[in-house]
Amino acid sequence: MAEKLFARPQSLVDVSSHYCPGCQHGIIHRLVAEVIDELGIQKKTIGVVPVGCSVLADQYFNIDSQQAAHGRAPAVATGIKRVHPENVVFTYQGDGDIAAIGMAEVVHAAARGEKITTIFVNNAIYGMTGGQMAPTTLVNQVTATSPYGRQLSSAGSPIRLSELLATLDGAKYIARVSVNDPANMTKAKKAIKTAFEVQIRGEGFALVEVVATCPTNWGKSPVEAKKWLKENMLPQFPLGVYKNIEGVQ
Amino acid sequence: MSEKVLMKGNEAIGEAAVIAGCRYYFGYPITPQSELIEYMAKRLPQVQGVFLQAESEIAAINMVYGAAGAGARVMTSSSSPGVSLKQEGISYIAAGELPCVIVNIMRGGPGLGGIQPGQGDYFQATKGGGHGDYHCIVVAPNSVQEMAELTVHAFNIADQYRNPVMILGDGALGQMMEPVDFHDLPVIPVEKPWATTGMGEREQPNQIDTLRLNPEKLEEVNNTLQKKYALLQEREVRWEETFTADAELVLVAYGISSRIAYSAMELAREKGYKVGLFRPITLWPFPKAALEKAVDKAAAVLTLELSAGQMVEDVNLAIRCSKPVHFYGRTGGMMMSPQDVFDQIVKIFATKGGK
Ligand SMILES: Cc1ncc(C[n+]2csc(CCOP(=O)(O)OP(=O)(O)O)c2C)c(N)n1
Ligand code: SF4
Repeated sequence: MAEKLFARPQSLVDVSSHYCPGCQHGIIHRLVAEVIDELGIQKKTIGVVPVGCSVLADQYFNIDSQQAAHGRAPAVATGIKRVHPENVVFTYQGDGDIAAIGMAEVVHAAARGEKITTIFVNNAIYGMTGGQMAPTTLVNQVTATSPYGRQLSSAGSPIRLSELLATLDGAKYIARVSVNDPANMTKAKKAIKTAFEVQIRGEGFALVEVVATCPTNWGKSPVEAKKWLKENMLPQFPLGVYKNIEGVQ
Repeated sequence: MSEKVLMKGNEAIGEAAVIAGCRYYFGYPITPQSELIEYMAKRLPQVQGVFLQAESEIAAINMVYGAAGAGARVMTSSSSPGVSLKQEGISYIAAGELPCVIVNIMRGGPGLGGIQPGQGDYFQATKGGGHGDYHCIVVAPNSVQEMAELTVHAFNIADQYRNPVMILGDGALGQMMEPVDFHDLPVIPVEKPWATTGMGEREQPNQIDTLRLNPEKLEEVNNTLQKKYALLQEREVRWEETFTADAELVLVAYGISSRIAYSAMELAREKGYKVGLFRPITLWPFPKAALEKAVDKAAAVLTLELSAGQMVEDVNLAIRCSKPVHFYGRTGGMMMSPQDVFDQIVKIFATKGGK
């Protein structure tokens, strides 16, 4: 008897996305949707999408959702979660969204131990607005607003958000993953699942940082982009679990 | 049986919000509205509600956006500089057609300004403040009792029209203690089938968006909003007038200024000057037609504000510049006295060659 081994997750809408070829937002969406399906929480999950290339993510996830102003997703998620503590609430944010304009919102949501899950896609650049410097842009990386390369002396060094948030007591699970190869994809999915489970158990704030590509704004082919990620981003943003504290039941 | 309690204006808003069914409050401290955030911190846990002191006004208003989208009756409050920070969120709330109540207990500005009462945020409150073509419904109480009544009303109409409602008070009203009766405040519950509650039994997800990349879609949304605003202008205008029927000079003032104007009017009437008072209760929608009618027989108008004269523009528009509109105001947190206003009245009558 024929068995279906691979299908679109129920939590994803059957439409083609607007993402560029080789962009990993699509893969990350899929992993999140698979986790939602596996946990059986589609009907009680509420997503908050950011401003950035994934601003349209709510058109891809088949769940209730709200679109937040640039950087404010953790505050919006806080409002939703406080009204519906029994629901599962997650934010999906890019590096510009979470580590620049929305830095205060995420730090304080984590500090409060807000019971939300954050998926943070770090592609070291502003995708949507055309490739400007992000807080995660590497030193010497050329972007539209760092045409001579990011200068340490004037623009400082990239922010390692996972390490930073891991210092906060309210943060219960913080991991950095990548989806650059199948093995890492498996690890990424596991981390995303854990981050949702931490919320479901009511423990506190959980965040998964996904180091990802932006071939378009890096000016590279999808294959070159993956290579660049591995050689340049991973040394700066080491993968691993930065915090995993079993909360008090 | 009705029983009155003595309360500060700020606290009366808080208690009325609880009566209205508000169980969520997100805010950040600022003088002169701190009694309100403190009241909510104490009161909401007693009714199984949620009080959260946010890290900033920006976070607070975005928490309101989330909670409002999730279907709750929710409130935030601040004073002038804090309300400036909230403008980003207010634009999104208006765009997402989410109901909520925002309180501005105004102080003197611009910048940090002072902590004494002011009315310099009239333009910001009534003409937008954030980006885009939107309006908050703006109500301006002038007593502690009315702060309570308009708060319940604000929650009702916010839900009914899916629109943010701003209660525009000022430091004097916020701090003022007066007897207030919380009985018989009509709470009208409204179903919210559009809210993000998790899909549950629903087939289709509920989604609250404000991005419309398709220009035609965006224009359509804007047209829908404008239709709602037109309806509000038709239905939700409130005002109060005293002795306007035979007035030769009509004073126009809202909030705390209207109380001073009332005393000045009494002084003037005692001395035989035919003076009336028109008090807009909704600043947006502005009671245009009512004002035009109220000043029909008068020779002139005197607008009184704790600002450099912002409402003057709306007064002129309402009466189509058909007669002189004088202005008297103080800024910096200074209050005008009834005597100050009376002196202005005498001057205006004198230039007319009257009394
Ligand atoms: C208040 C505000 N400031 C700036 C912008 C413009 N803007 C849109 S997306 C974006 C950057 C998004 O970058 P990132 O969060 O890294 O996400 P990506 O597009 O790379 O996925 C900016 C600055 C905006 N929409 N709102
Ligand atoms: S610009 Fe970059 S982040 Fe945005 S969709 Fe294209 S590849 Fe992805």
